Amino acid sequence: MELLYASCVGVLVFCGVFLILRARTFPVVLGLTMFSYAVNLFLFSAGRLSFNEAAVLGYSAKYADPLPQALVLTAIVIGFAMTAFVVILAIRGRADLGNDHVDGQLPDINNDIDTKGKL
Amino acid sequence: MTLLWIPLISLFGSILSSMTGKLTRNQSTSLTLLMPFSALLLTMSLTPDVFSGEVVRESFSWIPLLGINISLRLDGLALLFVYMILVIGILVIFYARYYLSAKDSLPKLYAYLMLFMTAMLGIVMSNNIIQLWFFWELTSISSFLLISYWWHKSEAREGAIMALTITGAGGLALLAGLLLLGNIVGSYNLDVILASRDVIQAHAWYEVTLILILQGAFTKSAQFPFHFWLPHAMAAPTPVSAYLHSATMVKAGVFLLARFYPALAGSDIWFIIVSFTGLATLLFGAYIALFKHDLKGLLAYSTISHLGLITLLFGLDTELAAVAAIFHIINHATFKASLFMATGIIDHETGTRDMRKLNGMWRYMPYTATLAMVAAAAMAGVPLMNGFLSKEMFFAETLHQQLLGSMSWLIPVLATIAGALAVAYSARFIHDVFFNGDPIDLPKQPGEPPRYMRVPIEVLVALCLAVGIIPNFIIDDILQAASIAVLGGQVPEFKVALWHGFNLPLMMSAIAVGGGLLLYSQRQYLFQFHASLPSLNAKKVFDKTLDGVMKWTDTKINAIENGSLQRYLTLMLVVVLLFASWPLFEMKHLVGQKELTPIDVHNVMGALLLIIGAFSTVIWYHSRVISLLMLSVVGLMVSIAFTRFSAPDLALTQLTVEVVTVILLMLALFFLPQHSPRESSSMRVLRDIGLASALGIVVASICYALITRPLASISDFFLANAKTGGGGTNVVNVILVDFRGFDTLGEVCVLGIAALGIYKLLVNLPLYIPNSDSEGRPWAKERYPMLLASISQSLLPLALLVSFYIFLRGHNLPGGGFIAGLVTAVAFILQYIAHGSNWIAERFTFNYRKIIAAGISIAFLTGVGSWYFGRPFMTTWFEYFDLPLIGEIELASALVFDVGVYITVVGSTLMILASLGQLTANEPKDEVKI
Repeated sequence: MELLYASCVGVLVFCGVFLILRARTFPVVLGLTMFSYAVNLFLFSAGRLSFNEAAVLGYSAKYADPLPQALVLTAIVIGFAMTAFVVILAIRGRADLGNDHVDGQLPDINNDIDTKGKL
Repeated sequence: MTLLWIPLISLFGSILSSMTGKLTRNQSTSLTLLMPFSALLLTMSLTPDVFSGEVVRESFSWIPLLGINISLRLDGLALLFVYMILVIGILVIFYARYYLSAKDSLPKLYAYLMLFMTAMLGIVMSNNIIQLWFFWELTSISSFLLISYWWHKSEAREGAIMALTITGAGGLALLAGLLLLGNIVGSYNLDVILASRDVIQAHAWYEVTLILILQGAFTKSAQFPFHFWLPHAMAAPTPVSAYLHSATMVKAGVFLLARFYPALAGSDIWFIIVSFTGLATLLFGAYIALFKHDLKGLLAYSTISHLGLITLLFGLDTELAAVAAIFHIINHATFKASLFMATGIIDHETGTRDMRKLNGMWRYMPYTATLAMVAAAAMAGVPLMNGFLSKEMFFAETLHQQLLGSMSWLIPVLATIAGALAVAYSARFIHDVFFNGDPIDLPKQPGEPPRYMRVPIEVLVALCLAVGIIPNFIIDDILQAASIAVLGGQVPEFKVALWHGFNLPLMMSAIAVGGGLLLYSQRQYLFQFHASLPSLNAKKVFDKTLDGVMKWTDTKINAIENGSLQRYLTLMLVVVLLFASWPLFEMKHLVGQKELTPIDVHNVMGALLLIIGAFSTVIWYHSRVISLLMLSVVGLMVSIAFTRFSAPDLALTQLTVEVVTVILLMLALFFLPQHSPRESSSMRVLRDIGLASALGIVVASICYALITRPLASISDFFLANAKTGGGGTNVVNVILVDFRGFDTLGEVCVLGIAALGIYKLLVNLPLYIPNSDSEGRPWAKERYPMLLASISQSLLPLALLVSFYIFLRGHNLPGGGFIAGLVTAVAFILQYIAHGSNWIAERFTFNYRKIIAAGISIAFLTGVGSWYFGRPFMTTWFEYFDLPLIGEIELASALVFDVGVYITVVGSTLMILASLGQLTANEPKDEVKI
């Protein structure tokens, strides 16, 4: 189970990072959301995996670690706030700049770092 | 508390005087003067203690872990400087009232002057060297503000920048030196440092430390070759020059020499560096001063020269040199401040400071002229003036030193030459300005200044004379006290007196006066000689160096920062990759010892769905709606994972957040293109895939390594105390609202700030409102489908009930403020979707900003409430009650805190979505106001 869990986190990181590196704002927002899933799952797993051991006193013999859960709970909410802020920033950016490129301007054809495929 | 009040009063004065803009000038001046006067009274009350040999100390803990405290110390040396700072400060404030023209802002100048005064008091009274450095930097900053007071003049701005650059660079060197010093001694406390002379001087870092600290002192005190900022600082208003650039701030450097004299002085390297720097500055300054046509220029170079003299004295290896240095600090402050003020009057009354135009002023302002001449005589070192006494002591000390071995006789000779030059430029100041024919086309008709403008000069000149004639009465006590502080208790017998009999120093004085007058009378040859020298303009060199540095950094920065965010992100991720993967390579086994949990088919199915969802999001990212839908699959699977792995609270939160996020992103897509163009080159895609997979593999490996190792958690404490200490059985919720309630408070604040930021971003947004979707199909005519509208409306009370239930049970079962808030928000958002924001706005008139503010206030006040019961911030309280019919219920203050969380979450979420959603309701091209 642990291997499967870790692999899922890895896949989410892969997809998140790939999207974050795109040139348009919306995929970047999607990537950030995906990346925050990965981070939340990762932090959550610091309390190890357990089944039917919710940290509610009196309902089970053993309890899962409540601390990472509490931290991740606020992280989810804050993550939402940040996603919201970034996406609104993207809208504002598009409205003010006329395009949705992350650099605020469309790449110049002659001097296009993107088409040259370099850094 | 008495000691701390002295700088505090001054700081308060800075704030107070900045607020006197509406008052008349006299009121503003009186209010400002009140502050240094009270500080002066306080100082006087402490004076007897200090004179009796006591060191007054006070200390307040600040960052005890780093050894940084607010600690103050008043010994003889500090007392002397406090008096100088306060008394001259008072005179300057008074003088500035008459000096500044009506169109210049007096409160602004006063605020800066008082800020500077605070900084100076802080330096001289610090008992902690880091604190000393802090105030040291504050003097550089306030000096910058004061020099650039007439910011519309380019020379003021340039002078301010130059002063800040030089003294700021010196400040950095000083910080490095002080940190080393603190490390050597093992304490930043001045008392300890001053008592550790042997440890410091035997240490291998002593030379480096000394040189760094001296750099700080020399830049501040305008020692050669860092002197050039001082003449350019003369662009400041004259009261500022009188205060900062002659009497106090430039003395901070020599103060530093005096302060650390017991700890750092006495070694050969100290004597060599300090004395030669001082000697070079003394001669150079005196020589250049002679050729300045600008009155303030002359005084600036004369100040440089006198500072050199003081530095030289600190560098002499004789018994009384340090005493002479302190004495000269006092004398120089009095006569130079009065000369600056006199120059200010001349400038004020004639409109120029050029000595080629100013002649024969005696006839127009005899009274001011007399005062200026007395002060200038003190500067030259004429008997009966204070300058004479300290200069005699200086000459006497040069005769006793053994710095240069058999060539030591050179120093008194050079000192006499410097003395002669001082007489020559003083003579020029007197003769050129007040006599020497008639004025040449002055901008204004000269005359005596307002009566009270002369008062500060009168006070200072009276002091010059009093010290010069009856030194013992005036100066003995404080000089003795300051000398004890500098020499560490063993002060040799000394006697300041007007008449020591016919001796060598007197001869030297006589030669200096005679030679100086001769030099002045033959000045046309000197001027010709000086004009034939190649001119080296320090300002040009400085500007060129600064330009070069700026250009160099610009090219370097542009090479790294090319404006491409993609590139920055790539670089950052590469760095993350390197740091995160490093420990993995040092680890022997990836799998830990923990027993692995079994795998079952449900989990595999879930994982597969999550992976498919994630990859689909990436594969279809060009088509944004599909991509978003795929992402929501991932989000759902994440919340199911939380359910599966014993985290019901997380699952609920994730589920509700997921709904809100997808709705928000959907809304956002309305304002953004529906498709991402294919513009990345294959190379770029390949590179990104490489980087992303590397990161994915590394994170997965770390995660695997982490969760296969046994757990040693601090959570046992929370589990054990949740019920007994926090009164709840849902430990996650108890942690949120009780154990780590302070964290949660911060987090709801972040949420509120994000919502307000979004609100602000959407104000006056110039919008593209598309008339159709990207394929050109018009939007549906029926914006709000009836089916949805009627169902959602009937669902609302139910949803609110559910959220209320979730909220109430949160302390004991999965739920709580965050989740309940999100459920409520979702219920309202559904109404927005079903009916449109205009429909809602008619029925629901709350202002979301106020809701957020109310939520945060409730959470915060619950925390503050525990103070009322004498407990620390955010202590919680709970009790069980038996109510008839309902049964036992629990009341807890944490519940009130959770109400605050709930309200903030509702307000923020709704504000974010409603602000954006409302924009879609507008017709195209309408100006949008929320």
